[in-house]
Amino acid sequence: MRNILPILTVLSAILIIWYLGAIWMNSAWTLDRAEGPLTLTEIVQDTMTQDRPRLPAPHQVAAELYDTVIDKKVTSKRSLVYHGWITLTSTLAGFILGTVVGLLMAVGIVYSRTLKMSLMPWAIISQTIPIVAIAPMIIVVLASMGVEGRAVPKAIIAAYLCFFPVLVGMVKGLTAPDAMQIDLMKTYNATPAQEFWKLRLPTSVPYLFTSLKIGIAAALVGTIVGELPTGAVRGLGARILVGDQFGNPLMIWSALLAAAALAGILVSVVALLQTVVMKRMGFAQ
Amino acid sequence: MSVIEAKKLELVFQTNDGPVHALTDVNLGIGKGDFVSFIGPSGCGKTTLLRCIAGLETPTGGDLTVNGMTPDEARRSRAYGYVFQAAGLYPWRTIAGNVRLPLEIMGYPKAEMSERVARVLDLVELAGFEKKYPWQLSGGMQQRASIARALAFDADILLMDEPFGALDEIVRDHLNEQLLQLWSRTEKTIAFVTHSIPEAVYLSTRIVVMSPRPGRITDVIESPLPKERPLDIRDSKEFLEIAHRVREGLRAGHAYDE
Repeated sequence: MRNILPILTVLSAILIIWYLGAIWMNSAWTLDRAEGPLTLTEIVQDTMTQDRPRLPAPHQVAAELYDTVIDKKVTSKRSLVYHGWITLTSTLAGFILGTVVGLLMAVGIVYSRTLKMSLMPWAIISQTIPIVAIAPMIIVVLASMGVEGRAVPKAIIAAYLCFFPVLVGMVKGLTAPDAMQIDLMKTYNATPAQEFWKLRLPTSVPYLFTSLKIGIAAALVGTIVGELPTGAVRGLGARILVGDQFGNPLMIWSALLAAAALAGILVSVVALLQTVVMKRMGFAQ
Repeated sequence: MSVIEAKKLELVFQTNDGPVHALTDVNLGIGKGDFVSFIGPSGCGKTTLLRCIAGLETPTGGDLTVNGMTPDEARRSRAYGYVFQAAGLYPWRTIAGNVRLPLEIMGYPKAEMSERVARVLDLVELAGFEKKYPWQLSGGMQQRASIARALAFDADILLMDEPFGALDEIVRDHLNEQLLQLWSRTEKTIAFVTHSIPEAVYLSTRIVVMSPRPGRITDVIESPLPKERPLDIRDSKEFLEIAHRVREGLRAGHAYDE
């Protein structure tokens, strides 16, 4: 209970700032339409209820969220649950793909100097290219290769963002055993494979989970970016794009909040998995 | 016949500041069942010598044999168990799991593994702690578990690199006593690195005094103490005489210069 009060304080502060921002940003439109002088109460009331506000008030977004998450059937094209599901599946596919690629690259880099010299620079360069620039190219290239639909390119864009934290974390994790631990393995005349499975891999588990938490959030961002280029009609990214094109801020904001909530849930699930695995492995104290 | 034999052993490390003579002209024979301590200040090469015996470092000159083989062959035939200064137990394995580690690597059958784990844990008085994780044990108990791990696969040689260096004096006394009992029961050949004079004198049948720059042996002292050694033997006249000679040896090697 002691922790709840500060959290609530911060939350209310954010809401108050949000409301003040809404009044400030929307009042221009209110005054533009006004036929006579308005009282402050009238101005505030109007800024809270506009159809296309510059900044929707929190309760408007909440109402829109309620409408599109709870009221609409989940199979409806207007349901955020439907769009969220589309985004979620691509995110998870990209997350798994990115994690596997990141893991394999990390193993290669740790065990081969050649791979370290040749792969690592490319991995770093890959992350300096803006994802919004490369996403349309991936979609176009895959389409020309005959890949139908958006699911595969989106997963690849997600994996493109997701593999890097896994790669960096696992390179660190797999090289985490100190010289003494490596020497101990040597005194047992352990094979490199035994050293990997019995020492390096278990040592890297805490590093892996830290990377996975960053990776899954990155995969979600990648998926949404993959949904933005013109032509996408499904997914949270498409909702943001459509909301933008039709000048519907409520749609944008509710999709944004839904994406944020989804990210929160995904990271929490990985964190929970981390707690369970670490406890079962005996790490927790 | 010596289990470990060094002749004119030499090890020079090439560093950016020029060559460092870690070991120079080391001649030594360790017989079966000996308990040999290496004592000297840091930089005298005692740990380096132990690592050469273990095949973890490669000498640059001279001869070194372990069980009649090169150290590397001996390492590959799993001739020794090595105890490091830190227990280095895996936090993700239970105590039994840690002791089982070398057995898993060496491919022992399952039934024999658990039988051996139980036996060596009993030997270091850790029976009943099988299912505990390392962090649940004190430092002294962790080090005992790491000794059990080195004993699990029945190597005849035990190489110990300042195994009790990080422990407090009371725990160290207790473990010294236990180690002696363990040694007399298992009849292993033990090479033991330490920088504690009482520890070296109390434990050893032979004390090798070493000096730095270049790392070398300055004195080898045969201990006249009986094999049976209660802790209070450390107040006896013989004990103090050997301790004195060790101290003299260290002084002669300018070990106190720093």
